[in-house]
Amino acid sequence: MASHMLKDAALFLPEIALTVTILAAIVADLIFRRVRAVVPGIVLAGLIATGFLVLGQQGSSVAIFSSMIAVDAFAVYFKLVILLAAVVVVVFSFGSAELQTGGRKLGEYYALLAAAVLGMMLMAGANNLLMMYLALELSSISSYLLSGYTREAADSSEASLKYVIYGALSSGLMLYGISILYGLTGSLDLATINHIVPVVISAGGPPLYGLLIAGILTLAGFGYKISAVPFHFWAPDVYEGAPITITAFLAVASKAGGFAMLIRFLKVTFFDATGVMAAAGTWEAVRGLRWVDLVAILSVLSMTVGNLTAIWQNNLKRLLAYSSIAHAGYMLMGVAVLNDEGIAAVMLYFVIYLFMNLGAFYAVMLIADKTGSEDIDDYKGLGSRAPFLAVALAIFLISLSGLPPTAGFIGKLYLFAALINKGWIWLAIVGALNSVIALYYYVRVIRNMFLRTDEQQSAPLSLSGMQMTMVLALLVPTLLFGLYFGPLVQLAQASVRIFGAP
Amino acid sequence: MEIFGIGILSWVTFLPVLGMVIVLALPKERRDVIRWTSLAVAAVQVVLAVVLFLRFDRSFAGINTEAGMQFLEKGRWIDVSGVALVGRLHIEYLLGIDGISMVMVLLTALISFIAVISSWTIDKSVKGYFALLLLLDTGMMGVFVALDFFLFYVFWELMLLPMYFLIGVWGGPRREYAAIKFFLYTLLGSVLMLLAMIALYFSVSVYLDPAGGMHALSEAAAGIRTGWEKVHTFNMLAMMDPANYEAGSLLAGINTSWRYLAYIALFIGFAIKVPIFPFHTWLPDAHVEAPTPISVILAGVLLKMGTYGMLRISFPMFPDAMRHYAWELALLGVISMVYGALVAMAQTDFKKLIAYSSVSHMGIVVLGMSSMNTLGLTGAVFQMFNHGVITAMLFLVVGVIYDRAHTRGLNEFGGLMNQMPRYAGAMTVAFFAALGLPGLSGFISEMFSLFGAFQTFPILTAIGAVTIVLTAGYMLWVLQRVFLGALPDKWKGLTDMNGRETFMLAVLGAVVLFCGIYPAPILNLMTSSLNHLAAILAQVPSATLLSGM
Repeated sequence: MASHMLKDAALFLPEIALTVTILAAIVADLIFRRVRAVVPGIVLAGLIATGFLVLGQQGSSVAIFSSMIAVDAFAVYFKLVILLAAVVVVVFSFGSAELQTGGRKLGEYYALLAAAVLGMMLMAGANNLLMMYLALELSSISSYLLSGYTREAADSSEASLKYVIYGALSSGLMLYGISILYGLTGSLDLATINHIVPVVISAGGPPLYGLLIAGILTLAGFGYKISAVPFHFWAPDVYEGAPITITAFLAVASKAGGFAMLIRFLKVTFFDATGVMAAAGTWEAVRGLRWVDLVAILSVLSMTVGNLTAIWQNNLKRLLAYSSIAHAGYMLMGVAVLNDEGIAAVMLYFVIYLFMNLGAFYAVMLIADKTGSEDIDDYKGLGSRAPFLAVALAIFLISLSGLPPTAGFIGKLYLFAALINKGWIWLAIVGALNSVIALYYYVRVIRNMFLRTDEQQSAPLSLSGMQMTMVLALLVPTLLFGLYFGPLVQLAQASVRIFGAP
Repeated sequence: MEIFGIGILSWVTFLPVLGMVIVLALPKERRDVIRWTSLAVAAVQVVLAVVLFLRFDRSFAGINTEAGMQFLEKGRWIDVSGVALVGRLHIEYLLGIDGISMVMVLLTALISFIAVISSWTIDKSVKGYFALLLLLDTGMMGVFVALDFFLFYVFWELMLLPMYFLIGVWGGPRREYAAIKFFLYTLLGSVLMLLAMIALYFSVSVYLDPAGGMHALSEAAAGIRTGWEKVHTFNMLAMMDPANYEAGSLLAGINTSWRYLAYIALFIGFAIKVPIFPFHTWLPDAHVEAPTPISVILAGVLLKMGTYGMLRISFPMFPDAMRHYAWELALLGVISMVYGALVAMAQTDFKKLIAYSSVSHMGIVVLGMSSMNTLGLTGAVFQMFNHGVITAMLFLVVGVIYDRAHTRGLNEFGGLMNQMPRYAGAMTVAFFAALGLPGLSGFISEMFSLFGAFQTFPILTAIGAVTIVLTAGYMLWVLQRVFLGALPDKWKGLTDMNGRETFMLAVLGAVVLFCGIYPAPILNLMTSSLNHLAAILAQVPSATLLSGM
């Protein structure tokens, strides 16, 4: 047993390294109070080291700690996405003017950020309903604190409170769903549930409705984490009120964790590995219940509501919040397909989404730091005040709307391809029409930057070399992956293997 | 044919991007250097197009065979080796031209050149303007030379953003509205096209040999050699071979509803660009607000991309659906013709009138294409070329008067004939060409289109032919209002065209006159290709009969 534990611990090294980082950050914060760069430096180094340890796990496909956590290609991929997003956000935070106001020390901020990352990494690997719940809570609680971090700002506190209440409600629903599932199957392990469900059904019991309710309640928890409509109400307020670095972090990393968990749950739990349905190649083990339709409905709602609401927003952070709800909808299209192609498409989309969305948030942050405003009206004439930044933001937005030759197009292309190949034509059409709606509000920003002029003739904005490099670091992949995406696709396709899924 | 190891089609396509990079590197105060650089790039592009024209082998048919394409360039672009269940992804960089694209390449080079000269008077952020103009040029040229659907789509979308900015930043008072309307309309069309493209991709398979060569499924039936791998493809030529459609795939078979649906999705994408009634409402707005050179490009080249797309993609890939909907296509063409002419007649805004005349004239192209015979197709493609040149003249003519008078109200003018004699001459040539006067190019292509269409749809064509009278009516009425009668006092100070304006109109006028008297050089380019296309379209009914329709 002990040797088992030791062997498993070896596969748990990245998480251990991250935990050490968190502790080191807290201790360092106590010792080096005056030196600003120490804690972010430690966290950054810790994240990068964790990243390398995760890279070392490539190729393994096992479950550790009595099947609590799976270490497979799928988890590795999502962990890398989360870590990359976290590294970028740490760099953002270090340069953020918003976080410096109020004279608070930021040591805890970075430690909490690392704790949230740990939670998300566990989400990516969680293979047991209890583990899933704990991982979700770990990342959520850290996120509540982070989103209220600039507590001097009234809307930041409001955001945090709203987040806590919604989070508590949906994790309560999820826990209820899990308990029903446990009651029906007697297990929390995803693969075991998968094996037992057909047995329970063939025994003639009435658990069909029970399963339906359990499934819907559990989905509510996931839906909250990925901010899918109708579980999205917290997102716009939190995204607007939180420090913009945290908004960017939640929009990318938190969503990645949520999607990883959702896909694993759908793929492993309700897939009938032994029964008749496996032969048909579909995952809806429970006869009479088409779970994919539920996901498809979530997807259509998220896309449409997100896009239609984004049109009316004047605060850019809020606009990007609704746009990220819509993007969750696009990615859910890939989940609805739920074959390897669909999952690969979602995974590919995530990497692209990371660059373009973080890029857009970073540009908004830099502009807000300089002008003190996130209002779309204050973007007028930005094209002449800060040409480089304005062009970069325009490219990020165009990529988000999915036009070639940017990477966003490739992401959309793969999602649509997965849908059409599986015969989900109607969903593909809804998705395509939605990207036309989306273009309208992205172009509103571009219009204000380039087509309108600033009446006040404000002074030009200048960027430091560091900021310029950071923008370029996000901009180059956004353009490059639009024209040459082969390696990225290869990586995504090679990472679709989920432990325990047939 | 290669220059410095790079194929001539790549040069002709990407030269403007090279120019754009140079323009962006120049300091923005050096306005004249920027202008001359752009002009030089456009001029070299014209030279390359002429070289292509001279070297082009008129006997090659093209359309659906790689062997029939000329100046072929082929390379691997994206190659992701197969992963279990997902399959290998292989996208080619495939350029080549046949008779239809050759004509369009000539037109694009000519119109871009004229547009650069016409842009000399642009004073607002010159650097940004020319950079975007050159990027637009690459997008347009790319559409006409791409033979891979994926590549085609990238070029097709590449034009949207520059066009949005060119209208939105340098346009008239309602430019924002016009620009976003153009953007959204076109994007709506292109996302439908994207879905059809993906459906085609998954329906078509070919075998790929280790050297990167493609082999049709029918070829593989004779025996699959070692190393051959079955892949899906975006290759347009492979999509045109019915034998490559895998049994059971979405678009396999003939006259299935999925095929009709895909055809309609493609049709909407292209029809918005043409624009065919009822998808035309973005056009008048875009034209009225766009600056003169952009109107010239919009009407001269961009509209042709819609009809080109139908000829290059919809017709050869979906000959069955095309035949099925040929009557409806002809009907929409006739409606566009008559409706465009009637609305044009009611306009008092000079530019809006020309915009609606474009709708009407592009309707002739659509009617000619729907005829499915060589005569009608020849008329349609030749009309695409002629309309590009003539309408460029018309918009330049509008630009000349607007630059001086700062109004486009037709009823405000009068008696300009003596005031601006050179202008009167140029405008008369342009208008007579547009109304189809024999001896000028428009006449020949309109007659070809109508004669061809009459063989297939006599009644519709007879109704459509009314347009000729209507066009003569509104065109002559414009000439009368602008040139005849008394000269209002406020226009006594108008100067005649300057050298630059005269040069542009003289070049285009010469092309119009030449093609009107001796159209053979252009017609010879496309005859083989269009014969072949007509044959492809004609082959379908036998198969239809077999399947019991």
